[in-house]
Formats: sequence, C-alpha cells, structure tokens
Amino acid sequence: MSSASSVTRMTAAELSRALTAGEVSAVEVASAHLDRIAEADPKVHAFLHVDREGALDAARRVDAARARGDELGPLAGVPIAVKDVMATRGVPTTAGSKILEGWIPPYDATIVTRLREAGLVILGKTNMDEFAMGSSTEYSAYGPTFNPWDLTRIPGGSGGGSAAAVAAYEAPLAVGTDTGGSIRQPAAVTGTVGAKPTYGGTSRYGLIAFSSSLDTPGPCARTVEDAALLHAVIAGHDPMDSTSIPAPVPDVVGAARQGATGDLSGVRLGMVREFAGEGAEPGVAAAYRESIEALIKLGAEIVEVSCPSFKYALPAYYLIAPSECSSNLARFDGVRYGLRTGDDGKHSLEEVMSLTRDAGFGPEVKRRIILGTYALSAGYYDAYYGQAQKVRTLISRDFAKAFESSDVLIAPTTPFVAFPLGSRTADPYQMYLADLFTIPSNLYGGPAISVPNGLSEGLPAGLQIMAPTMADDRMYRVAAALETAIPPLHRPEI
Amino acid sequence: MATISRDEVAHLAKLARLAVTDDELDTFAGQLDVILQAVAQVGEVAAVDVPPTSHSVPLTNVLRDDVVVPGLAREDALAGAPDVEDDRFRVPRILDEE
Repeated sequence: MSSASSVTRMTAAELSRALTAGEVSAVEVASAHLDRIAEADPKVHAFLHVDREGALDAARRVDAARARGDELGPLAGVPIAVKDVMATRGVPTTAGSKILEGWIPPYDATIVTRLREAGLVILGKTNMDEFAMGSSTEYSAYGPTFNPWDLTRIPGGSGGGSAAAVAAYEAPLAVGTDTGGSIRQPAAVTGTVGAKPTYGGTSRYGLIAFSSSLDTPGPCARTVEDAALLHAVIAGHDPMDSTSIPAPVPDVVGAARQGATGDLSGVRLGMVREFAGEGAEPGVAAAYRESIEALIKLGAEIVEVSCPSFKYALPAYYLIAPSECSSNLARFDGVRYGLRTGDDGKHSLEEVMSLTRDAGFGPEVKRRIILGTYALSAGYYDAYYGQAQKVRTLISRDFAKAFESSDVLIAPTTPFVAFPLGSRTADPYQMYLADLFTIPSNLYGGPAISVPNGLSEGLPAGLQIMAPTMADDRMYRVAAALETAIPPLHRPEI
Repeated sequence: MATISRDEVAHLAKLARLAVTDDELDTFAGQLDVILQAVAQVGEVAAVDVPPTSHSVPLTNVLRDDVVVPGLAREDALAGAPDVEDDRFRVPRILDEE
C-alpha cells in the first residue's frame, strides 16, 4: 500500500485508478484522510462534524462490493466532504447555525443520495457561513475556518470549509452550494477548483434553502478533471426538485480531458470589459492578464465584450437573495426542529418564535431577513425587489449578447485575495464586494468555474470562466486547458 | 433616497418575528442604511418596459403523476422536534384564555 501521506496527496482521478487496480483499499484511503483530518483540522477547522464510523462503514462496503466483482462507478471509494447545508440522514446538519444545533436529518439530500449510490465515502460535514450567507466563513456560529495558505486569513465563503478541506488535503473532493459565489470565491482564495453548474442542473432537494431561485450545488476539487468527475456524479434531473432541468448532463468529463490536451484553437473567449481590472486589486488584475496571455498561446481567440448591466448585479443580488431568504427562513420557528427558546409557560407562541429566532440566528442572517422583509414590503416592493428582478432580465440579456461573439466569458473570480480574519465583518457591504464578479452567473443561471491562476503577493488568485446555460462542458474544457499552462501551486505544509 | 430609521428596523424585526435587542437595533440600523443606499442603485436602471425575471429556468407547471409513495415515518418526522406530546408537535398556547 502507498503511504498515508501520499494517499492524501492523490487526486480523485489517481485514487480512482489505484482503487480500481487494487493498489489500495477504500478503507485505507478513508483512514488516511481521517488521520489527515485529525492532524490538520485543529488548525484549519474545515469540519463541523467528522463521521469516522460512517466513513469507514461506507469504505468497507465499497471494498466488499469490489471484492464481489460488482460494477462500480469511477469515484467508488473516493472520500468526500459535504457542506453542512445538505441534509445527511443520521449525521448532524446545522447549516452553520445555532438554530439547528444537534439536528439530525431524517433524510438525505438528492446530492448526498447520489454520492452514496456512487460509492463516495462521506468523511463529514464542512463549516460555512450561517445559512450560506457570507464570503469568509466568519459568520459560522461555530467559529471560522482558517485559510490553509495563511491561518490568519479567511478561506472565502460561504463554503470556506469545503474549499479549505480540499486545499489542506483533508479530502480530495467536496460538495458546496453557490448562490452568489459560495463555491467559486472560496476556490479562488484557497487555490482550488470550484464549479457552479447551470442552475437546475444539480438538485436542490434536501439543501437548507437560502435563495431558491439561485441556490446551486456543485463540486470542489484540486483539479479540473476531479471537479468534472464529481459534477458527473451529482448532476442530472431530479423529480424531487421542480426547477431541475429534464435534459441530459453535458459530457463534462470528456470536455475536461479534451481541454487537458492544451489546445484551444477556435475557442472564442469573451473578456468582460466591465470586469477587466475594475475593482480588482493589482495582483489579481496582473494574474488575470497573464492568464489571458497563456490562453492565447493555447490557441484561444480573445474577444472583448461589453456587459453594461453587470454593474447592477451586486445591488440586484442583495435585494433578491435577502428577499427570498426572509421567506425561506420563516420555517425556523422552534416548532418542528431545532432550537426553542422562552417556552416557560409565560410567553405566547408568537413570543417564543421571536425569542427563538433572535437567539438562534446570527447577525448577518438577521440583517438579511430584515433587509428582505423591507424589500418585499408594501410601498417598497416595486422600487426594490421588482426593480431587481428587471435588472436580472437585463443581465441575462447581456450574457445572451456576449455569447453571440464568444463561447465563454472570462473574468477574475474575486476582486481580492484572502483577506485577514476580522477585516470586513464590521462593514457588511465591504464583505459583499467579494462576490462582485461571481454574482452575474447566478442571476443569469449559467455555469461558471474558478480555476487557480497563480499567486498575488503569495496568495492564490482565481480565473473565472462563465458559459451559457447547459454548456457546462465548455467551461470545463477551457479550465482544463488553462490548468496545463499555469505552473502548479506549491501548497504550504500544515 | 434609501434611508432607514431605527424605528423602521424595529418594526421590520417584529414583522419578521425577531426579538432583537436594543443593542442589535443600534448596530443594524446603521448597517442597513449603508446596505440600502448601495442596493438602491438598481433604481438608476431604465427598466420600465423590461419584464421581471423570477427564475432562470423556463419551466412552468411541473407536475408528477398522482401516485402514492411512502413519506417520512411519524417517529422520524417528530425526532428533531423541540417538544412532542401524543405523537404531535407541542407548541405554547396560541389563544389567550378567556
């Protein structure tokens, strides 16, 4: 067998080959990662819950199935970390909130069902900003996650736990959810790959809902091929989700392998004029320009495109998402699950609900519920929520027009590298700016991926590739090509 | 244009069933004012004739066949409840006694 540390350094694709060849067992792979979590997670705090016994049981079942000669999927026996926003039967699920502390879901999210059926080994649940609202994981009620590149800095958010777990070799793969950038921005600042599939391409059933018209589960990995392999497992129509698209999943794995040949001849990359440097710190802008040079060398053609409505994407998002969350989070009322506060015989039901919600929700969640309640209230609806929905239409039209002259769009993933913990929490709007470049794809619904594109002042930056709706394969091809042209990151030892 | 008073925040919190403290009101009122002024930029966009988008997936009336399938067992549905009585969710008194 390979040594434990070499096992945790392997990609999911390498683990798949080693497991299939019988060079290593699923139990050995799971044990190596569980040991790595025990070693690294006291420093990184990527996990809220580690399911050691569950992981080893799942690994034993894969080994037994392989020994019987059963037909297994390519990722059978490969470990994975799951963002704590996804319901996992029998395993605590909190969405990073005190209001769900100790809750054990009685069912699995569709994504989790598909992971289990494909033989992936769930290591545990990863930390996140409470109810996925945040860009730094500092709004988790259970303490922040620390960026493996610099433990004094944020790992991005909301899915900072999933990205940090992958970056710190605690897991080769993770799943996250992306509502305004919660997969891509953490990927960028941790030097990992994170993809937001087409909205409706991956099921929302069993996600703890934040903003239902935007929430999209997707893969986190260290390589583009690994992200594509995971994408192929989790994507596809789900009758349990009424917004799930009843169409075949694009061949994302084939596209990633095609891209890995390093040939982008004939591919037109749309450079978004409004995002070319504006708002990005100098090192991030420089990494972006270098990526463009690299992509040109691979044969790609650069086209400048203009998306004038993108500048209104952030304001529109911070009306639409809070409005939807103010409605979605009404379910946390202390009746059917989770926390209940003030039930002492002296308070009415309404008072108990209000006390429970004040005790159970953190400040960012309360801010967004109040903001959403405001934006939806009589007298303000047309000026705020209604107007934001119209801006959403204009953003989709910008995308449609840009895709007439380009196959994918490119932009930096996030304007700045990982910032120091505590530096943006006092001014919520400064935190929101982290999602400046990621939000347009959420409002439009098309897929987008972040790939490492070098360092800025020693910290990872990300390039974002945005594709038309249901053209997820295109972004994987370009992402995999860029990966061949960018020197591999030397991740710091933790 | 978009300014929000401390009293308005208190009213919205009440509507949203959030028993916020005075300290929270002080903090939120200032922060929400900053956020609202920023998001009010959507008002700059000329969009009178633009239809709203609620959703990016052009699906409507997604229905399934009316077939009975097993749901959650009662004990599973009640397992996470803060308080249970007689196989039901127990809640505080809703109506005042006469």
